[in-house]
Amino acid sequence: MSSYHLDHLEYLEAEAIHVLREVAAEFERPAILFSGGKDSICILRLAEKAFRPSEIPMPFLNVETGHEFPELIKFRDYRAEELGARLIVRTVDEAIESGAAVSTPGQVSRNQMQIPVLLGAIEEFQFDCCIGGARRDEEKARAKERFFSFRDAFGQWDPKNQRPEIWNLYNARLNSGENMRVFPLSNWTEMDVWEYIKKENLAVPGIYFSHERECFHRGAQWLPVPPPHSENNKPDPYANARPTGKEERRMMICRVRTIADMISTGMVESPANNIDDIIAEIAAARVTERGSRADDKASEAAMEDRKKVGYF
Amino acid sequence: MNQSQHPVDLLRFNTCGSVDDGKSTLIGRLLYDSKSIMEDQMDALERSADITGGGKVNLANLTDGLRAEREQGITIDVAYRYFATPKRKFIVADTPGHEQYTRNMVTGASTAHLSVVLVDARNGVIEQTRRHSYLSALLGIPHILFAINKMDLVGWSEDCYRNIRAEIEGFLPKLDMFKDVKFIPISALEGDNVVTPSRHSPWYEGTTLLGHLESVHNASDWNLNAFRFPVQWVNRPNNPKDKTLHDFRGFSGQITGGIVKIGQEVLILPSGLKSKIREIWTYDGTLEEAFSPQSVTLLLEDDIDVSRGDTIVGLDPLPGYCADLSAQLCWMDSRPLKRNRKYYLKHGAQTVQAMVGSLDSRVNINTYETEPEPDQLALNDIGEVSLRTAKPLVFDGYTTNRLTGSFVLVDPETNATVAAGMLRPPSQLYRPEYTDFSI
Repeated sequence: MSSYHLDHLEYLEAEAIHVLREVAAEFERPAILFSGGKDSICILRLAEKAFRPSEIPMPFLNVETGHEFPELIKFRDYRAEELGARLIVRTVDEAIESGAAVSTPGQVSRNQMQIPVLLGAIEEFQFDCCIGGARRDEEKARAKERFFSFRDAFGQWDPKNQRPEIWNLYNARLNSGENMRVFPLSNWTEMDVWEYIKKENLAVPGIYFSHERECFHRGAQWLPVPPPHSENNKPDPYANARPTGKEERRMMICRVRTIADMISTGMVESPANNIDDIIAEIAAARVTERGSRADDKASEAAMEDRKKVGYF
Repeated sequence: MNQSQHPVDLLRFNTCGSVDDGKSTLIGRLLYDSKSIMEDQMDALERSADITGGGKVNLANLTDGLRAEREQGITIDVAYRYFATPKRKFIVADTPGHEQYTRNMVTGASTAHLSVVLVDARNGVIEQTRRHSYLSALLGIPHILFAINKMDLVGWSEDCYRNIRAEIEGFLPKLDMFKDVKFIPISALEGDNVVTPSRHSPWYEGTTLLGHLESVHNASDWNLNAFRFPVQWVNRPNNPKDKTLHDFRGFSGQITGGIVKIGQEVLILPSGLKSKIREIWTYDGTLEEAFSPQSVTLLLEDDIDVSRGDTIVGLDPLPGYCADLSAQLCWMDSRPLKRNRKYYLKHGAQTVQAMVGSLDSRVNINTYETEPEPDQLALNDIGEVSLRTAKPLVFDGYTTNRLTGSFVLVDPETNATVAAGMLRPPSQLYRPEYTDFSI
């Protein structure tokens, strides 16, 4: 192997940095979606590599469902401050109060309700581009996603009418009201993400590591038991997400493999308490990371349907 | 999938096939046999098998992702798949075989370093085989592999395999682009010669398909001869807290060709000014040298005004520099190419206005015959055109460098990407006008 040769992580890194710089150069008001999850953690390091020693020239945006793991929120805030970035947070709760989002009776997950909140934030701040950490290996509908994914004025994705993406030439042209979603990690796999976290020695929220937690069995998953409801004058935000008497509860040594919010993230039993163990666990895994996501189980085309109306 | 203990190489390949020649099955087989298919994916497959497949698990359903596609049994668009073996990581561009084919294949093939062309052993060489070979060559893919599939359905006949191979070798000399050409008899459905050698083909002594993908030499597939650096973004820290950064003025981008070293003399185009590389800055520290396709930030010895769209180049060899260009164009839009209409042309980090002055020829990619001066280029047509840009381009011929020799056209009305262009070698290199200029 010649010395002028990149290994796979170096190649993916160079590609992602190129994509981030194209965004900075081609858009007027881009934002980075930062949840505190492992993929967006990698995006932030790539943004440092793309733009340092300058400041990262775009704010961070997060849409909270209100059901977040507290550890994730804490990590998100800490990391944004550490990088000296502006962090914008919009919540489903605010949107419900203002009437921008309406909860469906019986619908436990607020995943669907993040859509109007995200679109509202895009409009409020006039973002013309949002950078996300989605990867093509995550899910079948994502496998056909572009690096630069065009959304019409309604935020919709039309899988039959995507712009061809040729070489490394990204067409960033928009009419007013339209916006772009850009995915620098398109070509990364779950394993690449963890290998990069290891290589870069990146901090991740503690819930990715093995810990003890009370869980209950629902569907095919072990879901975390939500925190107790103390404010008696307000409705319980976890009303349908608490274990019923029939559902088995137990303390588990577990961790998360992918993080949605607390009511749609299945916990996996695992003793992995460091990055090397996580990498070994993924290498031996026989289910995909999305296998632990309740939001994708609704139907085989669940992701496709959500993306068409504006989801990431 | 194994845990990597040391740097792993990456190979990007695309698969081309027509409807029903088993392309999706082959990819499903590679994923399945390399243990890249997970239990929940198998569950989903089994569920859909009960609904649409009469109870039989169809490996093709692993790759046909969208509901619209499963319902119609077609693939709409280029899909990307990922798998790894202990030797390499792979990115597969899976391009569908129906109408829209050229557009999709050009997209998938533009970043590929190897092309897998599927041939149905029962049908032998058909129009699509010639088309896929042509497009692989046109896109400058260095390596090509013909997978003669469904060998089980022709009784693993060696004669059948040899005849198909001879016929392909007969037309390949017209496509003298490839670094290497490989033929492998397989059965994607049964898995023979895909990951494990087949007991049905004692007459075939070569590697399996995966074995070839794992071992093909791809270290020299990037152009390392001529330094080319389109400036993407000017890196100037505003009000830096660190005083040493007050004068920091870096030029960020991805090296599209060659190697750059500290102290090296470079030329900034289009200004034509010369300078030297003072520093190669990266987040991980400064480098002595950097090479394509690394993303870096360059600092120059001299305080020169450089902005996005400019190109920093090495002095030997110099790039082409002109506004009158010849190119092969693949048209990708339902509205045909109009002569003398203005389009945006994106090349490197620069977007300029461009106009196609003449359509010189159109190629029939099934027969390889060219038709001179066609009336138009319509969707999926490939032709030779002359175009003029509002500003000169700094470029190399596509056959020399796939990154500095390529462009896309964007329709200013719809903002759609309407064409992929591959530049012919420059008729004129950059001519330094400064008296002190010497190489």
